[in-house]
Amino acid sequence: MSTTTLPAPGQNPTLHTKRLPAVAFLGIAVVALGVSAAICYGTGLGGWVLTLVIGLVLYMVGVYFAVRAVEGSRSARNRTWSALIHSAFVLAVLPLASVTWTLISKGMERFDGDFFNSSMNNIGARDPNGGAYHAIIGTLEQVGIAALITIPLGVLGAIYIVEYGRGRFTFLIRFFVDVMTGIPSIVAGLFVLAFWVLIVSPWFNNGAPAFSGFAAALALSVLMLPTIVRSTEEMLRLVPAPLREGSYALGVPKWKTILKIVIPTALPGIVTGIMLSIARAAGETAPVLLVAGGSAAINFNPFTGQQGSLSLFVFQQAGDASRFAPARAWTGALTLVALVLILTIAAKLLARRNRIPR
Amino acid sequence: MADRHSRSADVSTGGPGVTNSHARPAGATASTGVLDGRSGGDAPVPPDLRHTGGGLGGGGSLPRRKGFGAENAFRGLTLAAGTMVLVIIVAITIFLVAKAIPALQANDANFLTTKEWFANETPARFGIAALAWGTVVSAVIALLVAVPIALGIALYLSHYANKRIATVLGFLIDLLAAVPSVVYGLWGLMVFIDPVRDLSVWLNKYFSWLPFFNGEAPFGRSLLLGGLVLAIMVLPIITSLSREVFMQTPTANEEAALALGATKWEMIRTAVLPYGRPGVIASVMLGLGRALGETIALAMTLGFLNVISLNVIENGGNSIAANIANGFGEAGEIGRGALIASGLVLFTITLIVNMIARAIIYRRREFTESAA
Repeated sequence: MSTTTLPAPGQNPTLHTKRLPAVAFLGIAVVALGVSAAICYGTGLGGWVLTLVIGLVLYMVGVYFAVRAVEGSRSARNRTWSALIHSAFVLAVLPLASVTWTLISKGMERFDGDFFNSSMNNIGARDPNGGAYHAIIGTLEQVGIAALITIPLGVLGAIYIVEYGRGRFTFLIRFFVDVMTGIPSIVAGLFVLAFWVLIVSPWFNNGAPAFSGFAAALALSVLMLPTIVRSTEEMLRLVPAPLREGSYALGVPKWKTILKIVIPTALPGIVTGIMLSIARAAGETAPVLLVAGGSAAINFNPFTGQQGSLSLFVFQQAGDASRFAPARAWTGALTLVALVLILTIAAKLLARRNRIPR
Repeated sequence: MADRHSRSADVSTGGPGVTNSHARPAGATASTGVLDGRSGGDAPVPPDLRHTGGGLGGGGSLPRRKGFGAENAFRGLTLAAGTMVLVIIVAITIFLVAKAIPALQANDANFLTTKEWFANETPARFGIAALAWGTVVSAVIALLVAVPIALGIALYLSHYANKRIATVLGFLIDLLAAVPSVVYGLWGLMVFIDPVRDLSVWLNKYFSWLPFFNGEAPFGRSLLLGGLVLAIMVLPIITSLSREVFMQTPTANEEAALALGATKWEMIRTAVLPYGRPGVIASVMLGLGRALGETIALAMTLGFLNVISLNVIENGGNSIAANIANGFGEAGEIGRGALIASGLVLFTITLIVNMIARAIIYRRREFTESAA
């Protein structure tokens, strides 16, 4: 296929063996694309996507045989794998680009003051307005309560694992913290449904199960706890032992060493982990769907009455039959992604700036 | 408690004759106050004052060791917090079982082999056979697509891209993992469905002799769409963990391979891949756990038909988690119990998958720590 572009023998005076010049690869690519276009459009097999796919396959086959003829079969395998690995990367960037583009282009349509200042109360199928005010309040309150519950619990648990724990019991805790990070969010929702909504909340609500924002916060706590324990644990382990020993040598008791020396040293990392887990919790839909009820009206009280959340808002609007619903869903999604990504990026930058030197 | 000084040491080294704190032997009685948790202000007690109590011996006035001090209280607090994780796992099991049993008793059909889900009728008839099938098929599609691509990206980031590009791209991949699943679901439902429908039509036209691709239109909201959206969601998980493992390959191993004349690919095959295999397996298991448990993205993209068929492109398909999300709204007392029972099955499966993955990672971690 590319024998015309081979270098003349003896052209390469270095110790290297003969190499295929870069022009040859370009030639192979052009020929592969041309052949695949001829196949696809000539026989009516498919459009430009298929042309690209077949072109890529042909390119790799072409490169393999061309390089094998010039540089040998080992080098040929090397080049083909390298091309495969690079194309895997391109393939993964495509959906990322598509998600980003549609989020921004479709999300900007309703990204206005009305969206952030009104709820979905009394918004019918023919009303183009309506917004996510109630949902944003729900998300902030639920995630806030979940953080209040989880942060002390998670940090103390991590302190136990790193500073006090020895033996099998600690190993068991560590193992199940790791396992718990993989629990599906819907199972956390079902747990809170079975435990809080169906069994505990009827005591306060005249025997009827009460859906509330607090129940959603409990479900989010179940999801946040293992991630906070895990990240805090890793950060505490990074605190240099001499810092602790110095404190002990000055006669400071262990608990005070932990609170005054170890935690402040690891604080930036701990905060990063907490922010990441908050970002993850803010995006969860399934548990909120099961236990918060999902109200269309503004409800500031997380303890009584149903509440919505931003991710639930997106889910509901995506399934709504109104022709104005998709625009609301996209704007809701854009808001949610903006919230989550700002938290995530801020957390990662914080982690990068305040890395503990080992 | 081992760092507390004993009284006998105090008696022998720091008697009343010692007047200057600098003259003391290092570590003898320097700050007994702080040792027992009193506030730091009265820490350096001068030795002379310590004997005004008139007790016997040098250590007579040392604060008595408390049975229940701040140290023990703090320790107990952290222990309670740490135990909380185990309590939650046990509580999840107990409460799900407690709510699932009445519904299972009211079930008129075999829970494991029935395909329909009529939990709200009397008599209730429901089973998870079709749901479990849909869950497994969508997860398998996701892994078949995601694993090769994710490993390719991981190798690209760890061994091919230059360092600065790799850092930025790794960051982007991590951001991909942070995007909420409802956004992927929305994207799959409104954007990705069009190319997938075209692909389905094309596959049906040319490959309908395969059982996966036969059947009739409409295509689109199928297991294929759900599986591909899942693939995009598990991709960053598998990528980031595998990349980490690949980067941990000892440089000595890589350089030894190169020194023996290996090409880059041969170096990767002989040094990097064998070293990273347990980590890759674990990351795939974690991705599997995520794919099995994913709810909202599948609830938005699947077509909801409880059938067991090899066909992946026809409208239809349902999964355990998506069925819970979509069926919850109209579920009654028995219906909720039935959904909780299916959730219990999902919990058990993901727990097992995650435990296997973690066990692999733990074994590996011990290995690398001892090697380092």
